Amino acid sequence: MADSLVPVLEAQERMDTDKMWVIWGPQHPFSHGLWTLKLQIDGEFCTDADPIVGYLHRGWEKETENRDYARIIPMTDRLCYCASMTYSHLYCMTVEKALGIDIPEKAKYIRIVADEVCRIQSHLMWLAAVGTDMGNLTVFLWSMREREYFLDLNVKLCGARMTTNYPRIGGVRNDTTELFDRDILRTVDRFEKAMWDIIYLIDDSSVFVSRMRNISFLTREQCANMGLTGPAMRGCGVDFDIRRDDPYDNYDKIDFEVPVLNKDTKVGDTYDRYMIRIEEMFQSCDIIRQAVKKIQALGKNAPYRIKTPTKVPAGTTFGRLEDPRGESIMYLASDGTDKPYRLKVRSPIFTNVSCSKAMCKGVRIADVPAVLAQIDMCLGETDR
Amino acid sequence: MDMSLYPHAVAMSADEFMTWSDAIINDLLSTGTKKTVDKLTGPIWAWGMKNSMHPLHWGLACCALEMAAASAPRYDAERYGMIYRSSPRQTDILLVNGWISKKIRPDLRRLYEMIPNPKWVVAMGECAISGGPWYDSYNCIQGLDQIVPVDVYIPGCPARPDAMIDGFMLLQKKIEDYFRRGNFMED
Amino acid sequence: MAEVYQSPSVDEIKQALTSNFPDVEIISTEERRVKAKCPREISHDVCQFIHDNLTFEHCSVVTAVDYVDHLMVVYLLANYYNGVMIDLNVDVPDDDLHIACVTDIWQGANWHERETWELFGIVFDNHPRLERLLTPQNYEFFPFRKSYKMRSQE
Repeated sequence: MADSLVPVLEAQERMDTDKMWVIWGPQHPFSHGLWTLKLQIDGEFCTDADPIVGYLHRGWEKETENRDYARIIPMTDRLCYCASMTYSHLYCMTVEKALGIDIPEKAKYIRIVADEVCRIQSHLMWLAAVGTDMGNLTVFLWSMREREYFLDLNVKLCGARMTTNYPRIGGVRNDTTELFDRDILRTVDRFEKAMWDIIYLIDDSSVFVSRMRNISFLTREQCANMGLTGPAMRGCGVDFDIRRDDPYDNYDKIDFEVPVLNKDTKVGDTYDRYMIRIEEMFQSCDIIRQAVKKIQALGKNAPYRIKTPTKVPAGTTFGRLEDPRGESIMYLASDGTDKPYRLKVRSPIFTNVSCSKAMCKGVRIADVPAVLAQIDMCLGETDR
Repeated sequence: MDMSLYPHAVAMSADEFMTWSDAIINDLLSTGTKKTVDKLTGPIWAWGMKNSMHPLHWGLACCALEMAAASAPRYDAERYGMIYRSSPRQTDILLVNGWISKKIRPDLRRLYEMIPNPKWVVAMGECAISGGPWYDSYNCIQGLDQIVPVDVYIPGCPARPDAMIDGFMLLQKKIEDYFRRGNFMED
Repeated sequence: MAEVYQSPSVDEIKQALTSNFPDVEIISTEERRVKAKCPREISHDVCQFIHDNLTFEHCSVVTAVDYVDHLMVVYLLANYYNGVMIDLNVDVPDDDLHIACVTDIWQGANWHERETWELFGIVFDNHPRLERLLTPQNYEFFPFRKSYKMRSQE
């Protein structure tokens, strides 16, 4: 909590005020997903928060026990619908690990490219949501405009805008299409210039920045213990990114930086958590360029998919991946048949939403949308 | 039709006002005046309502992102007059764009009932039409029409923004048809 | 007093766990991965050791697998200094579904344990709030048990 709030809160303690529970109900324009947040407020400051999730619970994990391994891939897309490519990638990675196979190099680089396009597009959706939350609808329009160019890339690669169904167990569905390298490099070049318009709109606006600076401090200890992962944790001083520290699928062959703030002070506010995602978008552009070069070096006829057995040997494995929202894990317990025995999904937002109590304590009620926007919620993966 | 009592309407009690206005309406209905008025004003209502469809600002799941993309620059739904309203009291259309779990079912029904008449319901995406990929879920309702009457079904998984706008153009035709029939708000 | 490692390697973890807890069985090790099994009685102590002495600050997942005659509770714990993860398996018999709760060690386990209870029925002793989270409040069954069949499995 910022020091400037302490005298106000102390004054409120002396006045005999009553606390009230306000319900940010399931239908709310700023809740970005179907969940309820019960806030206990004392005057204007929040003293407690109680998130209620489960409005989108389908029993996803139980439904996978009834489908073949290959048929689960479209289901994984619909877990986190903003960033569907990373979840299907994670699922394919987990099954490949359980089968003990190594996929071709080209498939790994194509998956990296697809993942980073997904990351940029997901962060742009987040930025659009942040803009709407703060009341700045121009940011919404401009971010969505940029996002459309990346969705076009998805269409060129695999035909679908959002729930792409592109990675396969053993590689990817199809090779990169004609002139895909030209299109993706053009899009990335254009994006790097156009993004600055949006950044100036936000950073040069003292209203926007003051709504995020010095609000809702979280320490490194809290982030690590509460399980808050992703860009939000890197804004508070935890220097960890699965792509760099626990690499998968050739990320160790790509040279990129991981933006981390507050490594020394070990305390981060809302503005820091916001800044990390902006930086990540630029780093993703870098990664895309390097990966595209490597795909070009491998040549047109390099394999992009291998045949895999349909039955997975018994045992337990798990795969781990850096989702745009945090750390996602899929834990597979197999029993030798062609259907999983138990497939558990660890969704980053599930734990991030449970931290909303620590994030909202001591924050003015008008700042709650700004604070919660930094988690970048996608409730489909929370409730599964 | 005792319109001479009109200046005294402000001084009437609630019961007196109800009996007086009921008498006027019954008069209009029996002489067919309401029907004529409706037929004359029908096209005006049609033009007004179909060009200002106001859906509820409510996103459930994947199709909600395509709903957001539909109001984004490339597919601009706002040229059809579609502005999302936050409060159900200020909307015409309940747009359901995701799977319906048993937990949200009472809230969804309550939202539907809070929208004032005339209202329309649009089921967007496979999940709202029939449960979609979650056909064996213990927590998903197999279709929106099990809870509320649906007017337009927009297929797709997710429904592309162009498909959503096409669905709304179909809804425009339905709205126009409803008002031009000249027989509405019979309550 | 056992040694505190900030960034332990896989071998150091193996050695530290087996020397301090002889009942812990290391099932397999890979690059940056350790899979271990421990009996239910010492699960809380082992987790405390992993948090304090091996600096595994992050509890990623607490979940369960239903092997009809017993359930296996799985803890996936992560270290932020070198990317190592420990996969700790604890067997819980079907007729006595209780296990110690680790929310006092890692706050992040709070909702994971709640979810495991509501889907499997495993009671985490001393959990601050063991209530239904994802499913509606009036559900009385535990959906993810193998004994509960979905529409298409009947």
